[in-house]
Amino acid sequence: MGIATLYLSVIVLIPLAAVVAKAFSQGLSPFWDAVTNPLALKAIGVTLAVSVLVAGIGAVMGTLVAWVLVRDEFPGQRFVNALIDLPFALPTIVAGLTLLALYGPDSPFGLHLAYTRAAVVVALLFVTLPFVVRSVQPVLIELDREVEEAAASLGASNAVTFRRIVLPALRPGIMSGAALAFARSVGEIGALILVVGKVQIASIVIFADIESDAPSAAASLSVVLLAISLIVLFALRWFGGPRGGH
Amino acid sequence: MRIDAQAIAKRFGDFTALEDVTLEVPEGSLTALLGPSGSGKSTLLRIIAGLEAPDSGAVLIDGTDVTAARPQERGIGFVFQHYAAFAHMTVRENIAFGLRIRKRPKDVVTARVDELLELVGLMTWAGQRPGQLSGGQRQRMALARALAVEPRVLLLDEPFGALDANVRAELRRWLRRLHDEQGVTTVLVTHDQEEAMEVADRIAVMHEGRIEQVGNPREVYDHPASDFVMGFLGPVSRLGHSLVRPHDVTLTHSPEGEVIEAMVARIVHLGFEVRIELELPDGSTAGAQLTRAQAEALELATGDIVYARPPAGVPIEPSLEGAPGGPPTSAARAADLAAIDAAES
Amino acid sequence: MVISRRATLSARVVVLIYLGLLLLLPLGVVFERTFAHGLAAAWGWITTPAAISAFWLSVIIAAIAVPLNTIFGVGCALVLVRSRARGRKVLDALIDLPFAVSPVIVGLALLLVYGQTGWFGTWFAHQGIRIIYAPTGMVLATIFVSLPFVVREVAPVLMEIGDEQEQAAATLGASGWQTFWRVTLPSIRWGVAYGVVLTTARALGEIGAVLVVSSNVAGSTLTLPLLVYQRDSQIGAGEISGAYAAATELAVMSLIVLLAMTVLGPRRNETK
Repeated sequence: MGIATLYLSVIVLIPLAAVVAKAFSQGLSPFWDAVTNPLALKAIGVTLAVSVLVAGIGAVMGTLVAWVLVRDEFPGQRFVNALIDLPFALPTIVAGLTLLALYGPDSPFGLHLAYTRAAVVVALLFVTLPFVVRSVQPVLIELDREVEEAAASLGASNAVTFRRIVLPALRPGIMSGAALAFARSVGEIGALILVVGKVQIASIVIFADIESDAPSAAASLSVVLLAISLIVLFALRWFGGPRGGH
Repeated sequence: MRIDAQAIAKRFGDFTALEDVTLEVPEGSLTALLGPSGSGKSTLLRIIAGLEAPDSGAVLIDGTDVTAARPQERGIGFVFQHYAAFAHMTVRENIAFGLRIRKRPKDVVTARVDELLELVGLMTWAGQRPGQLSGGQRQRMALARALAVEPRVLLLDEPFGALDANVRAELRRWLRRLHDEQGVTTVLVTHDQEEAMEVADRIAVMHEGRIEQVGNPREVYDHPASDFVMGFLGPVSRLGHSLVRPHDVTLTHSPEGEVIEAMVARIVHLGFEVRIELELPDGSTAGAQLTRAQAEALELATGDIVYARPPAGVPIEPSLEGAPGGPPTSAARAADLAAIDAAES
Repeated sequence: MVISRRATLSARVVVLIYLGLLLLLPLGVVFERTFAHGLAAAWGWITTPAAISAFWLSVIIAAIAVPLNTIFGVGCALVLVRSRARGRKVLDALIDLPFAVSPVIVGLALLLVYGQTGWFGTWFAHQGIRIIYAPTGMVLATIFVSLPFVVREVAPVLMEIGDEQEQAAATLGASGWQTFWRVTLPSIRWGVAYGVVLTTARALGEIGAVLVVSSNVAGSTLTLPLLVYQRDSQIGAGEISGAYAAATELAVMSLIVLLAMTVLGPRRNETK
């Protein structure tokens, strides 16, 4: 226990404490200024908006993907299932480069989405794909088909059965996956750094601040970002939900 | 090796598992700790093993106080209800485990493991994993594994609880034979009174954290120290104030001597025996077990009034006439439930 | 729910198109561009001195971070599941922190602690030890971001198998250490293996934090992901081919990882 705590402290806790300390090193007022200046606010706003969108789309598409992987049967299904983990295995910078290739100035299909919010959303959808799928899959597998059959025998249509029986059962998995996707989106940098252009993403702004030797500003914005992810993750923990592991 | 548990007490939060339990396990005996779930029997066994520590009291093995000693140091062998097999090792490796830990030479280990594989009849399965064995085979392996290091004391925690009825019956007999051959002091925890009576030399009947009675099977069955013991060890019928065994109940058509009036509620033919379910004046039920011959001689029919007489020397209190009627007493109910538990297990 | 054949097929098609567009198409474009000028050219890009040292640096950093996090992970899982130490719930919550922290913040954090003006920076500078803008800092960053994986994979398995086997080993005379080596560890090996694979993937792919703490000097502080970034940031079409090549190299490595994940994934809760 002691050794574990020591390791954790040295590697994780002390460095994070330093960020918090730096953010408030000159007092509360400079911190507040740093996070409420127009640039910072815009960055936070855009980041949140994009992350919510990604979590939302991810929740819907992720559930659909999970559904097809669990309830359907087709050749190559195992390959597709394995593919879902690709965003976990692939370095984020590679993901960013692939999207730049596809949507950037040299796009083979003339899709010039790079440097727009759309590109950011697509990049984040790539990176967060496995979260919802892998959260929903086990719940879907465990689902007792007999309950659905009972509903059908009582006259419920597919839509009703889905809405009243299946969806409520899946909700914890979907919420958990969406929350993880949100938390990840808020902090993502590797996949975005090549396609972001002028879009104000918080992690990129922090990076710019560090490079331009403004560590206090960087730290202040970091504290805000940290607070957002921590709130989401601890809310997730508090309200239960399946332990996805990733 | 003798085991002495002295004044053992153990609580889990609000729940008292054991209260002032003192027990002597004679050397070379096979003692059963018998009782319903929650009686504390498994807890007592685990305290003897060192897998749990008592809140107070002492455990002595062969006169030496081992209360503070870890399980590794007590020289015990332990068999778990769900086998606790080392799933990633073969049967042979499982049995060899204790010896390999003690760094015994390879040839010694092999010889001893072979000996045990023969003893438990698993020689052809030696190279398999426990997952490929049946429940009964896994338990035999667990026994062999525990015996490999020649423990002073063998402790079995409901070893047959997870097995089918017929496998259980077979393993029971096999365990008794094994004990007769090997002679290791053994303590067996079970909730099955039939098992205890068939296998053990001595039975300690436990109830709600206390030992109700210790004795050989005949003693605890014929001379139970309490209503609980009587009810747990066999079927009981309550006639008035006393509990009697159904097969000790005599039924007559004439009310002579100390009898209690009863109505025949149901007649169940169980092959050679006949069970008569009786309804007593106070509304309670009792059972009488008769042989077919006895039943035929009485020519009973449902609804008949008969007279039930307990065996000689067992009194029926005069409470039957002044009986207020109404539901059976809670003691009688408890005895009924105990009898049902015993029959079900 | 009995779903019509048409609906089933539609769903299948929608999903396959979505996945194809999101996952496969971009990768396809990169592969295509990598080999657009021929195999030899691509090979040339990944065998430059900078590329070779970048590869080895990535591997070495992973080779340090992964074992450390594995040992921590197994030990931590044991503490969380088997011990009765106080503060376990707090430890459990804290372990998730690296998932909540943006990598760029990790970089900043290390900068603030070990940098020239950092908390311990001056002490290290006195000792002549460089942490920031040196591989050491990159190792620390990589350990941070890949910390939780082994714990999170091993803990559920430990809970699943229960401690009866360990109790049995104790009754058979095994010491704590013997029980761990001979009984506990073998029964969790698949969970550990899967956790190691995830940790390795994360370690190899790290970019956000190392971008901050690295001096981006080829040969000493340039990892493969950093090389991709660097080559892309350079103006001129020539370098971008190099970026694609390095990206493909990383993609191949991650496909090996993906294969390992696919093989080990279903077995990770196995306790035999």
